[in-house]
Amino acid sequence: MAAVLNWEFIVGHANYWLGIILMMTGLYVVVSRGNLVKKIVGLNMFQTSVFMLYISMGKISGGTAPIATGNPEEVYSNPLPHVLILTAIVVGVATTALGLALIVRIREEYETIEEDNILDIENAMQRDEDREAGSMI
Amino acid sequence: MLATFAPLSGFLLHLPILQVIIPLITAPIVVVIGIARIGWLLAFLASIASLVVSYLLLMQVIDGSVISYQIGGWAPPLGIEYRVDAANAFVLLILSVISTVVLPYAKTSVEKEIRAGSQTLFYTAYLLCFTGLLGVVITGDAFNVFVFLEISSLSTYVLVAMGAERDKRALTAAFDYLVMGTIGATFFVIGIGLLYMMTGTLNIVDLASRLEPLSGNRTVQAAFAFIVVGIGLKLAIYPLHLWLPNAYTYAPSAVTSFLAATATKVAIYVLLRFMFSVFAPEFSLASGALQYIILPFGVIAMFAASIVAVFQADLKRTLAYSSVAQIGYMLLGIGYFSNTGLSATMIQLFNHAVTKAALFMAVGALVYRTGTSFIPKLAGLGRQMPWTSAAIVAGGLSLIGIPTTVGFISKWVLLTGALEKDWWWMAILIVASSLIAVIYIWQVVEVLYLKEPENETVVKEAPLSMLLPIWTLIIASFYFGLDTELTLTSARAAADAFIGAVSPIAGASQ
Repeated sequence: MAAVLNWEFIVGHANYWLGIILMMTGLYVVVSRGNLVKKIVGLNMFQTSVFMLYISMGKISGGTAPIATGNPEEVYSNPLPHVLILTAIVVGVATTALGLALIVRIREEYETIEEDNILDIENAMQRDEDREAGSMI
Repeated sequence: MLATFAPLSGFLLHLPILQVIIPLITAPIVVVIGIARIGWLLAFLASIASLVVSYLLLMQVIDGSVISYQIGGWAPPLGIEYRVDAANAFVLLILSVISTVVLPYAKTSVEKEIRAGSQTLFYTAYLLCFTGLLGVVITGDAFNVFVFLEISSLSTYVLVAMGAERDKRALTAAFDYLVMGTIGATFFVIGIGLLYMMTGTLNIVDLASRLEPLSGNRTVQAAFAFIVVGIGLKLAIYPLHLWLPNAYTYAPSAVTSFLAATATKVAIYVLLRFMFSVFAPEFSLASGALQYIILPFGVIAMFAASIVAVFQADLKRTLAYSSVAQIGYMLLGIGYFSNTGLSATMIQLFNHAVTKAALFMAVGALVYRTGTSFIPKLAGLGRQMPWTSAAIVAGGLSLIGIPTTVGFISKWVLLTGALEKDWWWMAILIVASSLIAVIYIWQVVEVLYLKEPENETVVKEAPLSMLLPIWTLIIASFYFGLDTELTLTSARAAADAFIGAVSPIAGASQ
C-alpha cells in the first residue's frame, strides 16, 4: 500500500482529491450554516463534486472528444458519464430552483431565513400547542 | 391467454413502458387544461389505467418469469432496460392500488385544504410523483433509478410544501426534506458512479454478474456504503428518519396518505434490489451490513419510534412516528436474511401500505371536519363522526397486529422467521414492541369515545367521498387478514425473485 502513495499517484489523482475536498466542504456548509440560502449553496457544491467525479472517470488518457473522426486508430473519451452528468446537472438545477422558491415562501411566512430564528418561532408555536393540550386534559 | 388475441398482443408487449408513460403524459395535460375538476378526473383515469397495467404485469410474472423491455429497441446492457419480475410487479400493484383509492378521497380533501388556483398544479405534482415512484420500481438501469427517484422526490417536496395553507411549518418541513433528500440522492449517485467505474455498466443484471469477481474490492465496498446510506435517507431508516415526522404532519392529508403508503415502500424495494440483486448476498460487506446495521436499527426503530409516538399531541405526528416503527419491522425481515424474512418484508410492505393509508385518510377526514388533528381537540368525536372514528379504531387494531387483521399476518410471518432461526428473544421483542402500539392507539380511542366533547358545536360525519376510500382500505385490511392466499403467494414469489435469482441456496442455508 505504501508503495502506491508516491508523488505520481497523488498528483495523478488531483481531480479526485479536489472532488473529495469540494464534497466535504459542501456537506460541511449544509450542516454548519444557519442561513437557508447558504445551505442551498453548500448543497450545490456537494452536487458539483459528484459532477467532477463522473467527468473524471470518463477521461481516457490520450483520448479526444468523442466525435467520430473516421480514423480507426483514434482513442475517444467515454461519453456516457458526461451524458449521465448532464442529467444530474438538470436535477441539480431543479433542486436549487425549488429550494430557493421554498426559501422565498419561508421568508414571506416567517420573515426570516435564519434557521435559529425559524426554530424559535416554531418552538413558540409548539409551546402554545402544548399549553393548549395541557389545559384540555 | 390474452396474448393470443391479436389486437391486444401489441398492447401487452408494451405494458412496461405504458406503466410509466401514462401518468407522465397526463401530468402536463393537466397543467394545460387548467381546470381542477378535469385535472382530477384525468389523474384518476391515469391511475386506473396504471392499475390495469400493473395487474396484467403481475399476472404475467407471478410464476417466476421475467419480462425484459428494451427502451427504443436498444438492447441491454447498453440500452435502458425495464425489467419486471414478481418482486417489482407486486410493488407496482401496491402503488397503483393505493393511488387509485387515494385519488377519490383527494378530490374532497384538496378542495378544502388547497386554494383553487393551485389545485391543478397539485394533481400535476401528484402524477409526477406517482410516475417517479413507478419508474424507480420498474427500471432495470441503476442510473435510471436515480433519475426517477429525483422526479418523485422533487414533486414530493412540492406536495409537502402545499400544506402551508393550513400550517406554515409545512414550508420548513419541505425544505428540510429537500436538503436531506438531496444529500441522500447524491450519495446514491456517488455509489452508482463508483460501481460504473469498476464495471463499466449500469444495467442491474449486468452489474450483478460483473461485481461477482470484485467482492473484496475497496471501491465496490465504498459504493455499497454510499448506496445504503443514500437509500437509507429516503427510506427513513431509524437514525436517518428526521425529515419524516414533520413532512407527514404538515403535508396535506391526501399527500400524507399517499406518501406514507408508497414512498418509503419504494425505497425499501430499491434497498432490497441493491442488496440482493446487485451485490450478491455472499458479498461480505452486505451480510455484515444486514447483521450489524439493518437488523439492530430495525429493532431500535421498533421501540424508539413507538415510544416517541406515545408522547405526541398531534395524531398525524403519532402516526408518522408509528410509520418509522413499522419500517423497523420491514428492516427486521430483511435482516433475517432468509426467504421467510423477505416474505415478511414484502407482505408488511403491502399490509402497512393499506393500513397506514386508511389511517391517514381517516385522520384527514377529522381534519376536514374539525380543522385539526390535535388529539385533545378530537374529544368526543366518536359519537359525532362514528364511521371515521370506527375506521381509526379498525386501522389501529391492524397496526397493533390483532388476529384477523393484515397487521397480524405480517407479524406472524416475522415471528415464524424468527423462530426458524431459533431467535426466541427476537420473537419476544416483536411482541413487546406491538404492545407499545396498543398504548398510542388506546390514547386516541380514549379521546374519541370516552371524553366529553369540548364545545357544543355539532360536527357532521365526513362526506361519503371520503368514507368510501377509507372503508375500502379498512375492509381490505380485514379481508387480507383472513384470506392470505393472494398476498402470501405474491410475497413469497417476490422473495424468491430476490434471493432465488442470485443464488438458490442462499435462502435455505443461511
